[in-house]
Order: sequence, then C-alpha cells, then structure tokens
Amino acid sequence: MMTTTRATPEDRSAVRTLLRLWPYVRPVRARLFTAAFVAVVASCTGLVIPLVLKWMVDGPVADRDPAGVWLGALYLLLLGIAEAVLFGIRRWLVARPLSHVEAEMRADLYRHLQRLPVAFHDRWASGQLLSRGTTDLMLLRMFLAFPLTFLLVNAVTILVGVVLMLVQDWMLGLVILGPAIPVMWTCAVFERRYAKVARLAQDQVGDLTTVVEESVLGIRIIKGFGRHRSQARAFRELSGTLRGTELRKARLLASIWGVIVTLPETAIGAALVLGAVQVADGDLSAGTLVAFLSTALALRWPVDSIGFLLAMSQEAATATERYFEVMDEAPEDPAGSTRTAPAPPPAAARGLRFEDVRFRYPDADPGSPPLLTGIDLHIRPGESLALVGATGSGKTTLTALVPRLHEVTSGRITLDGVDITTMPREELRAKVAVAFEEPTLFSAAVGENVLMGAADGAGKADLDRALAVAQAEFAHALPRGTDTRVGEQGLSLSGGQRQRLALARAVVGRPEFLVLDDPLSALDVHTEAAVEAALRQVLADTTALIVAHRPSTVLLADRVALLSGGRIAAVGTHQELLRTNPEYAHLMSGEHLTSGEHLTSGEHLTSGEQEESR
Amino acid sequence: MTTTTASTPAVTEDDEPTRPKDTGDPFDQDVLPTPPGATAALLRSLLAPMKARTGLTVLLLLLQQAAVQAGPLLVAYAIDRAVPAFRDGRDGPLVAVGAGYLLCALASGALQFAFIEASARVSQDVLLDLRGRIFRHAQALSVDFHERYTSGRLISRSTTDVESLRELLEEGLQELVTVVLSFVYISAMLLWLDLGLGAVAVASFVPLYLLVRLYQRRAGRVYRARSTAIAAVIVKFVETMNGIRPVRAFRREAANESEFAVLNQRHERTNGDALLEMARYVVGSRLVANTAVAGIVLWGAHRVASGSLELGVLAAAVLYLRRLYDPIDRLGMFLNSYQSAAASLEKIAGLLAQTPSVPEPARPRELPAPKGGFPGREVVFDGVRFAYRTGGEVLPRFDLTLPAGQTVAVVGTTGAGKSTLAKLLARFYDPSEGRVLLDGTDLRELSVPELRRGVVMVTQEAFLFSGTVADNIAIGRPDATREEIEQAAKAIGAHEFISALPDGYDTDVRKRGGRISAGQRQLVAFARALLADPAVLILDEATSSLDVPGERAVQRAMATVLRGRTAVVIAHRLSTVEIADRVLVMEHGRIVEDGHPDELIAGTGRFADLHKAWRDSLA
Repeated sequence: MMTTTRATPEDRSAVRTLLRLWPYVRPVRARLFTAAFVAVVASCTGLVIPLVLKWMVDGPVADRDPAGVWLGALYLLLLGIAEAVLFGIRRWLVARPLSHVEAEMRADLYRHLQRLPVAFHDRWASGQLLSRGTTDLMLLRMFLAFPLTFLLVNAVTILVGVVLMLVQDWMLGLVILGPAIPVMWTCAVFERRYAKVARLAQDQVGDLTTVVEESVLGIRIIKGFGRHRSQARAFRELSGTLRGTELRKARLLASIWGVIVTLPETAIGAALVLGAVQVADGDLSAGTLVAFLSTALALRWPVDSIGFLLAMSQEAATATERYFEVMDEAPEDPAGSTRTAPAPPPAAARGLRFEDVRFRYPDADPGSPPLLTGIDLHIRPGESLALVGATGSGKTTLTALVPRLHEVTSGRITLDGVDITTMPREELRAKVAVAFEEPTLFSAAVGENVLMGAADGAGKADLDRALAVAQAEFAHALPRGTDTRVGEQGLSLSGGQRQRLALARAVVGRPEFLVLDDPLSALDVHTEAAVEAALRQVLADTTALIVAHRPSTVLLADRVALLSGGRIAAVGTHQELLRTNPEYAHLMSGEHLTSGEHLTSGEHLTSGEQEESR
Repeated sequence: MTTTTASTPAVTEDDEPTRPKDTGDPFDQDVLPTPPGATAALLRSLLAPMKARTGLTVLLLLLQQAAVQAGPLLVAYAIDRAVPAFRDGRDGPLVAVGAGYLLCALASGALQFAFIEASARVSQDVLLDLRGRIFRHAQALSVDFHERYTSGRLISRSTTDVESLRELLEEGLQELVTVVLSFVYISAMLLWLDLGLGAVAVASFVPLYLLVRLYQRRAGRVYRARSTAIAAVIVKFVETMNGIRPVRAFRREAANESEFAVLNQRHERTNGDALLEMARYVVGSRLVANTAVAGIVLWGAHRVASGSLELGVLAAAVLYLRRLYDPIDRLGMFLNSYQSAAASLEKIAGLLAQTPSVPEPARPRELPAPKGGFPGREVVFDGVRFAYRTGGEVLPRFDLTLPAGQTVAVVGTTGAGKSTLAKLLARFYDPSEGRVLLDGTDLRELSVPELRRGVVMVTQEAFLFSGTVADNIAIGRPDATREEIEQAAKAIGAHEFISALPDGYDTDVRKRGGRISAGQRQLVAFARALLADPAVLILDEATSSLDVPGERAVQRAMATVLRGRTAVVIAHRLSTVEIADRVLVMEHGRIVEDGHPDELIAGTGRFADLHKAWRDSLA
C-alpha cells in the first residue's frame, strides 16, 4: 500500500480510500507482494540489458573480439529469458488471488445487502447496487493487478534507471531529470480533477442502469401506453450526459498524456545533443551514450504509463468509495437487543400483542406526523384477526413490523409475551410467516419456492399439503411438476397463480404466527372460496393477522380491527362493526351505511358460516 | 444453429418445431442464437457512420507514431554523422538533430492529445449508438419476449456487455493501431537501416503471430465462459435485491448466499482462467522477442566487429528492437479486451437479432374518425386463434364483436384465457391466425401512438417508475398539464392520498414505489389510463388491490369520465359486472356464455353460479 502513497503524495484522500481495501487484500498479501517484487526484478533485468549492450559496444565490438560478442549475446539471451519468465511468474502469482479478492468483495457486498434494513433498499435503486457489485469491483481487481503493482514497479524502475544514468554521466542524468518536477505537478492537478469527473461518470452509469432496469421491469406499462419512445428519449438524454462526462474524462487524460510524452522526450533530445557534443570532444564513449539513451528510452514506458496508472487508481478510489458507501451502512442486528429477558409471560399476554406502537419511516421528515400513532391490539393465541383500513392507512406497514422488516419507532410488539426486539431475527422470522401483497417468486423450482417457508427437512408431504391449502395444485400440472422452474419474479405464472404459491409458502411451515397481506386479491371467486375453506382449517389453530379489503377475506377471521388515522379505531366482529361503525361499513360496501339494504341477504349466511368455522 | 435458422435472419415462430429437440429452449441459455455474421455486421454498422472520423483518428496516430519513432533514427544520425561533423567543426548537423528531436517531442505530445480526444469521441459515439440500439430494441421486443428473457440478462446486456466493448474501443483499439503502426514503422526503419537485421526482425513475427492465434483460440473460450458467468451473477443479484422483503421474511439469506457463492465462484474461476491464459501469452511472446533481440545483436555485433556495419546503425537497430517488442504486451491487452468484447458483442448481436414478434407497421394507417358521436370504437376479433410459440394452444379460433361504447366484463377461472384475450386486444401479442380490428382497421397496421390512442391496458401489476407521482401519472399523456394530472387523480379518488404525501404530486416515489401501497399504486395506474383517454380501455385485474370504496371510485370514473369508451374489464370480483352491458364467460380458452348480465344471472349457466357465489361472499 506504500506504493500509492509514494506515487501520489498529494492526494491523501484517494490513498486513504484505497487503504480500506486492505482487509480484502490481506489474505493474498504474500502473493501480491511477491508478485510486485518479481515485477521489480523483471523490470530491473530489462534495465541491465542496455548495460550489456554498452559493454559489447565498448568491449568486444570495438576490439573485434568474436568470442566476447558471443558471450554478450548469451548474456542478453539469459537476461531476456529471465525477464520473460519473471513477468510470467508475476501474472501467474496474482491471477487466482485477485479473482478471489474480487469474488470475496462481491460475496461480502451481497451478504451485507441482504442484511441491510428494508428501509435501505427502499431508498436505493437496485441498479446503483448492481453497478457497485459488477463494474466497480472489476475496476478494483484491475487496480490491484496493474496500477498498484506498476506504480511501485515503475517508481523503482525509474529510480534505478535514473541512478544508472547519473552514474554513467551525471550531467546528462540531470538533464533527463529536469522535467520531473513539472510532470509531478501536472499529475497532481490532473488527479484532483480526474477524481471528480470519474465519480460523476460512475454515478451516471448507475443512473443509466436504473433506467434500463425500470424499463425492463415496467415493460407492460411502457407498452400499454405506447411510451417506449419517450422512455428511449429519457435514456438517450442520460446516456448523452454520460457521453459528455466521458469526453471530459478523455480530455483530461489526453492532456496528461500530452505533457507526459512531450516533456521527457524533450529532455532526451537535449541529452542526445549534449551527449553527442561530449562524444565528439572525447569526454564520453559512444557505448556509454548508446547505453544512456537506451536506458532513457527504456524508462519511457514507465514514465508514460504514470498518467493512465494514476487515472486507473483514481477510478479505483472512486469505486472503493462507492463500494464502502454501501458497506458502511449498518446492517440489521441479527441478534435480539440486550434488553433483559422479560419475566415468564402471564397467560393474558400470550398471542400477538401491539402495545402503543408508533411508527414513522426512518427517512421521513422527523417533524411529520407518524404513520402509526399508537396501535394497541391483542390477537389471542389461535385467533385470527382481520385488519381493515382505507387505502394507504398503514396496514401493510403494520404487518411489516411483526417480522421486523421495519422497526417500531416506539412502543413494543410481543409474541407470547416476549418483546420481538429481544428475539434473534432468525428465530422471530421462523415463528412468523408472511405472505406479501406482491407475491414474489424466485428463480427456482416451484417446490423450492414453497418450501422456503418451512424448516429444513420439510418434504413432499408438507409441500403437497401447502399446495392443497392454497389451491395451488396447478403446480403438479406444470411441465415438470413442482420441479418446474419459475422465472425471475415468476413472470411465467399468472398473478393468481403466484399469489397462491406465495400463500402456500406462508403456510407450509405450520407457523405459530401468520401474517397475510391481502392474500386472495388476485383469485377468482371459485378459487377464493376454495382457498378460504382450506385456510379456515389452518387458521383454526394459528394466530393470524390478515389484511383484508373485502368482506370475503374478512370473514376468514374471528374478529376485525379497523385501522384509521394511525390507530385501531374499532375492534369487533364483522357484523358488529358493520352495524356500529360507519367508516367500516363504508369500506366494506363502498356506500354509506344508509344504502346497505341488499347486504342483509348475505348477513344470515355469513354469520352462519362464521359459526361453522369456530 | 441449424440450417433452418441459417437462412433466416432470426428464429421466428415457424422455425421452432423444426429445430432439433436437443438444443432446448434458447431462452434457457444465456446466449440467444446469433445468426452467422451478425456480430461482425453489428460492429460494421456501428463503425460505418464513423468512417471519416475513424480515418482521422488513425491518421493522427500515424503521424504521432512517425514522430515517436523518429527518435532512434536521429540517434543513429547523431552518432554516425553529427558527431564526426562536430569534430570537424561543423555544428549544423548537431543543431539539426537537436531541433529535429525537439520538434518530434512536441509533435508527438500534441498529436497524442489530439488522438486521445478524437478517439474518445469516436468510441463514445459508438457506445451511445449501441446503448441506444439495445435499449430501443429491448423496448420494441414484444411482451412475450420479456416474459421469457429475464430482466437480469437484459440488464447485463446493456451494462457489463457494453462496458467490455467500451474497454475495447477506448483502450484496445488504440493499442491495436499503435501496435500495428509501430510494427510497420519499426520494421520499415530496420529494413532501411540494414536489410539483413530488418529481415531477421520481420521473421520473428511468424512465431509471434502463431502465438497470438493460439492465445486467441484458447482465450475466446474462456472469455465466453466468463461473460456467461457474470451474467448469472447479475441475475441472482438483481433478483435478490428486488425481492428483499420475502428474502428477509423467509430467512433466505443463508440459502441465497450459498447459491450466490456457487455463481460467484464460477465467475472467479473463469476470471482466473482468463488471467492465466494472458500470463501464458505474455511469457511466450516475451521469450520470442527477447530471443530475437539477442540473435540480432549477436549478428549485428559480429558485422560491426568485421566492419560491414556501422556502430550507429547497430545502436539505432538495438533501440528500435527494444521498441519493436515493447508493444507485444499491449497486443495481449488488446486481445484481452477484444476477446471479452467479442463475447459480449455476440450476445448483444443475439439480442438485436430477435425480431419483435409484434412489429410496428412499415406503412401505418390512421384510424377513421370515431362514429356515432362518442369516443368508443368497435372491436372485432375476426377468426382469431392464439397459440404460444412453444406449442400450447390458448385460444382456439373464435369470432367476437364488441360494439363501440360497450362495457364488457370477461369472467372465468384463472387460466381460462381472459388475459390472453386482453393482450391480443392491446396488441401485446399478435394472433397466430386471424385479425383483431379496431373500427375495421387491423391493429397490426396502426402505428404505436395511433394504437395507444385507440387501446390502453391497465394491468394488475402497478409498477411505478422513479420520478414523481405526477411523472408517473403523466406516462398516460406526457404533454398533460399539472391541472389535467390532478383532474385525473381526482376523478379516480387518488387526489386525497397524493396530496397527503410529503411533497404532494412532486413526491419522489423512490425505488419502485416502496412507500406507496399496492392499492394506491393501482389508483395511480388508473389515473394514467384516464389521462391517456383511449377509445378502448382494458382493465386486466386492475382493481385487485383496491378496497371497495376504491373500486367504486373506479366504476364511477368509468361511468362518467370514460363514458362512451369501449371497455373490457377482467375482474375476479363480480362487482364490476354491475356496470357491464355484457358479460363473457370464458373457460379453457373458449367463450362459453355471452349475454347481458341480468339475462345470465337469471339463467342457470356458469355465470349464474359465479354470481351467486360472489353474492354469498359479500356481507
């Protein structure tokens, strides 16, 4: 890591940023350092070659000694072989370790992202995350493979080369060294400017990725409204902006190249003229001048390459910054908090209980009113409670609090008397099964997707039972049965099919607590009735919270709670609330209570059904 | 691919049955079948508009290299001519050498600057073009393509694959041209300096060429494998991040990690393979180069010793030789970027070769002016049959006419073909046989804007794009004023919740509407449709997440704002049927009942059963 410090003493921050890579580089440090050492040796071997040439020109060639010529050529050959093999060894040493570093960093990023709070994911577009996991990490691997090593190698090569030149002829050497200061100054200025543009470009790539991703995920809407041209326009604008930034980058790079090529070359020209004068005056041997110039020319690449090596380092620093931006976010604490374990719960505390739960999204304006302003609710063991509320009243948010996808702002939620924040998340989430309103399926077999909800070791019998409950037997009729892979997000299945599989996933593990968010919205009437009948069996001995929009879903539950204005406004049976609470009646019938006559016909039947289910 | 596809530019539906079974579904693999030559053709077409500028760029490099390579020649001249001249008291030649060298230094710097600028312009323009092409093409491809080609793969096409082409253009091509130019220049110089020495140097190109060929062949395989591996990593990554809630809730973290580890390690392995392949190449090429240098020096030194060669010439030759072989590493770098770019470009070409199965007409027709004084239009399914390209028939041949202004409810169990019917009408799919007519005009003859003035479909999945709520509604009609947007939101009952958001209509919905509930998203989707104000509106389960008041608001809007439009409503809740003029009951792809709701309810058919069940479910 010292190398970058030496090469870029001006820009401490880039170095400090890159130093953060150390924990990942540490395991492969032996190989990396060996490789760097080998590269230095190889490079220096290259520098010895001009010396052999000088020896040949001044010795055997001048003396017309064929044996000496042979010997010189042999030295050259050996040095050449050594150089080739050493460079090969360097590459061989780092090939696997560096791929490994990249893979480790990616695995860490993935692991970390999976554990970051859901609120983080709400805030970050996945395109931005993806570009960190791919492009940025590739940049870092390239940085470790080339700039890191070669900034060191080139520094040493230049140093050795300069010393060799100074030893051969100190005056010519000083002439060659002349441009060093202006070149270093240019590099410093360049670095600062380039860092800014590089960061901008990388962020713009992330934005572009987001547009690409959304345009793919929202393809039906774009098609449905014939908006692909305006989408393409938006894309064109963004990619046009990116092009502008890239061109600014290129201009900076072009400038530094220009300077780095011109100044040293001018110095070499000056050295050539001075050297020629000295040779003419007999102060210098022709061999020394040849060797001197060939050393100077051998240093060309190390000097020329500094520009792009610095550019790559700068981009790597930016990539590191972007990577750690995400890695520095605090993950969910896997264990429960260290609060003292509560006393054994009294019988009355059993079940799922919300106690004065308030919630405001962590990124919401602290001055804004909380979404949930004091929820008190008790679902008794084995009881199922329907949660009803107007669109946007916070029902889904409330359900997300139970498996701790979001953390309560204040108050507490207890499962059988135990505060959920004192439980390890693993344990909590094993107890509570959830079916989300958006039924996401993963790229895996149908069976795997469902069995995700069960403990390890759940088998075919559990799968079949869960599919039966969710009326998802269609899975058996898929081309490869329950081994059929459902595509990314399960797009090849209809909404109703996905919803039923998500429901099966929620019930497959026979959870103690079940949270269902509008679980039947996409089902047709017949299927819905069948699912309800089967679900009643499951719900008979499960403590459940069911978000419901419709009477039919509400009737799955024993009682109903009405969520309104951030509070539980009323709790009771469907019939009670229908009679006593106008808001509830409005939500269930869409009309104000006065016009609910036709509902009476269903009333008897439903209350009958309710009796049955108890 | 087989001969059947070789003759056609892309795999079309008709090719499917004749394709050998063992190739499987190409969508299961990462690489879509690429017609032979498509990759090269793509590259050609990308570079064609840049011909003049590419020429200029190459010219700049040509001059730059000339300036750079003049150095050793000046050294030779200085040693062999200027030094003796100086000894004789003539300092002219030495001044000329100095001036010449200075000129070359300035020229090479300035030309380098100009070249990088020019080549960046060319490569950025090519990338802009390519990015745009992929994007537009992906957008033009039909919905059924998107249902089969995962979004992760599509994303990796337009990110990492474009990125590797960027590397090729920005670094690789410069390397290649530099390498080729310096080979040519230096060989010419060497030959000019001394024919024999030059010939030996040129002869050393033969083993180098063979080495390059070998590397290219071996690395090609490795790079293709690597590009496939990274695409798999991306798919998994995107899927996890987009499904983070279920991942958490079902404690998938550990399982995901081990699945990700497998993919990640496969990428690591192929990545390491690629780097090792490069290492082998570098050793080989360096060995050839250094052996050649030793050989040439040996011979040259012998000749100088025997007096048949001047010392200066040998010095210049040696300087040139060092330079001659310097770029071979860079040639490796070029091959490196070339290999990965070629692999990527092949995949991109495969994507671009997919023809949209629902193409836009070459000569679109206009819809006739609406008849009968209201905006709805007549829809006719004329002998329509629909089967998936993989086989399964979804809709057997049928005829159906929906008169202008009619509201038609389509009911039936999941998988009965309701959505397919809707997608045919929205032209997400084209029928396998027959035509879908809008006021007598085949949908296939309408341009996209014309089609979307005619038909708009609102689906169940209410995706929100990043941007504000207002932006999202304005997708329905981009030129709508804020007032019109609010009007649409009010008509659908969404105004209230939108106004309650932190910044009202200007609230950023952030990542896919994380903070806006499913029901609210459906309302936004509806507001979009209202704003679009189409002649035919299709609602495919578009009210599934709405509560009853929300559903009522939608119905009210249909009875008022959308009055007179032709509407096709697919809903599991039969509440929508109350506003329907006509009900179609579908089963196994067939329309089994068709009539006025009251008529059907009074009957004894399936709809009467359904309706009774639904009524029972209400309370």
